[in-house]
Amino acid sequence: MDGLLPELEVIRKDFPILERTLAGGQRLVYLDSANTSQKPQVVIDTMVDHLERHNANIARAMHQLGAESTEAFEAARDKVAAFVKAPSRDEIVFTKNASEALNLVANTLAWKSPFQVGEGDEVVITEMEHHSNIVPWQLLTERTGATLRWFGLTDDGQLDLSDIDQLVTERTKVVSLTWVSNMLGTINPVAEIARRAKQVGALVVVDASQAAPQLPIDLGELSAAGVDVLVFTGHKVVGPTGIGVLWGRREVLEALPPFLGGGEMIATVRMERSTYAGIPHKFEAGTPPIVEAIGLGAAVDYLGHIGMDAIHRHEQAITAYALKGLQSVPGLTVLGPLDATQRGGAISFELEGVHPHDIAQVLDSRGIAVRAGHHCAKPAHARYGVQSSTRMSSYLYTTPAEIDALVEGLHHTRSYFKVG
Amino acid sequence: MSTDLDSLYQEIILDHYKNPHHAGLRAPFEAEVHHVNPTCGDEVTLRVHLDDGPDGRPVVVDVSYDALGCSISQASASVLTDLVIGRPVEEAMQTHEVFLELMQGKGQVEPDEDVLEDGIAFAGVAKFPARVKCALLSWMAWKDATAQALQSDPALQEEKS
Repeated sequence: MDGLLPELEVIRKDFPILERTLAGGQRLVYLDSANTSQKPQVVIDTMVDHLERHNANIARAMHQLGAESTEAFEAARDKVAAFVKAPSRDEIVFTKNASEALNLVANTLAWKSPFQVGEGDEVVITEMEHHSNIVPWQLLTERTGATLRWFGLTDDGQLDLSDIDQLVTERTKVVSLTWVSNMLGTINPVAEIARRAKQVGALVVVDASQAAPQLPIDLGELSAAGVDVLVFTGHKVVGPTGIGVLWGRREVLEALPPFLGGGEMIATVRMERSTYAGIPHKFEAGTPPIVEAIGLGAAVDYLGHIGMDAIHRHEQAITAYALKGLQSVPGLTVLGPLDATQRGGAISFELEGVHPHDIAQVLDSRGIAVRAGHHCAKPAHARYGVQSSTRMSSYLYTTPAEIDALVEGLHHTRSYFKVG
Repeated sequence: MSTDLDSLYQEIILDHYKNPHHAGLRAPFEAEVHHVNPTCGDEVTLRVHLDDGPDGRPVVVDVSYDALGCSISQASASVLTDLVIGRPVEEAMQTHEVFLELMQGKGQVEPDEDVLEDGIAFAGVAKFPARVKCALLSWMAWKDATAQALQSDPALQEEKS
């Protein structure tokens, strides 16, 4: 099969969990990477090594361990900056996850700054967002008296841009959208939309939670197109949980007020008032998730070593193979684009006559891990009249044989529930 | 492996799933509730119609519902209606307690067929923690609706006390 990673079997050996067996001696077939990815040995070892040998608080401990820990933490920031080709390392803010990063932006936009959102202003999102890129904007607009608007979706799972000139207007203060849909897999034309948003002076926020694992990111290019903020989470890019990334254009981060107050985010504190640290520390109050950041640094180094272009080609090859296999199952409908070159590796589908929970349960009994439910994208499900769906999602360690196991498992599911 | 799966998907459950009893929304009713399972999106809209029984105690005259969800949640709604319709509220609440105990028993509780009838088929569900809330969705909705119906109807409440 063309496009697969040439050393797939070697790569799989980097992920110890892929060796384990489940109840009944079943081999694990992990097809839930859009939910969270598995972790390579190098990430696990880096985190253990830090805890065993270098653990200390950062930026405030005047001893050797403190210096080592600070250096490792800041080196992780450099690695993340390189991974997304950020114009400056200071524009990389560590957060808890992508949700916190989006909430940081949506919250600080309510407060006094040149970007402040107020009554009469509009915030534009899309109908295919993850709940984490819907709810923070609902909270912002409810609190400020602004109006929330959104792009609808076409029947074939694309953003409906036909009314972009009515949606993105001089009233628009923020346009926030996902790069790759976690449910439909759709890859959105973020640069094109950013350019349009910039014409009206809107702030452009991109949720790259599903893009960062699969697509090469060049923030030099994206910022030139008008993207101001981009967020993603560490645990989907083979890093640990508890660490997320907020990239923001320097002028934007400097103009936004602080989010959380506390240690590390200050310049000086007096009882009457405080002054704040420069970016990125202004947005990193308190002791950060140090070992998680360092683990994320090792993770993006690992992906960079394999090469995001090669990983993207692998995803496309596996996705094309999966789309073909899934469509061979009678009564199965894929939600979202059917062209693997136009989509990410998360494929949601319905199987006539069997509820997604029941599908996931039968697949689990065969060692196959998928996700069932609304995948935190209820509005997108509602758009297509679907209450919930089953989702398979691949990653750099996924093999064609695992896709075969899924397809066979779905045929078995149909016979188990006596469908057709 | 497949024995575990078969203990979850008993024939009785699949039968109720394919041919749910008392499905659909009907009038009259004193209370209607809408319960969702936020993690998976399963939903049920459920109505309860109570009336005084021959001895003056409130009786469950009808339970009607519109449910969206997996086989376990759908079958559970069907079994619920079989078990509570036509019964005094007090007795039906006791059955509710017994079903709840079975579901929360992690597979260690021996089901009582005299009380739960087809409900004993859900004993296997208790071994799958992720599915327990599927089985309980409509039962919790029924309890909520019944409590509301009793509260909203002074006559019924009086009879109850």
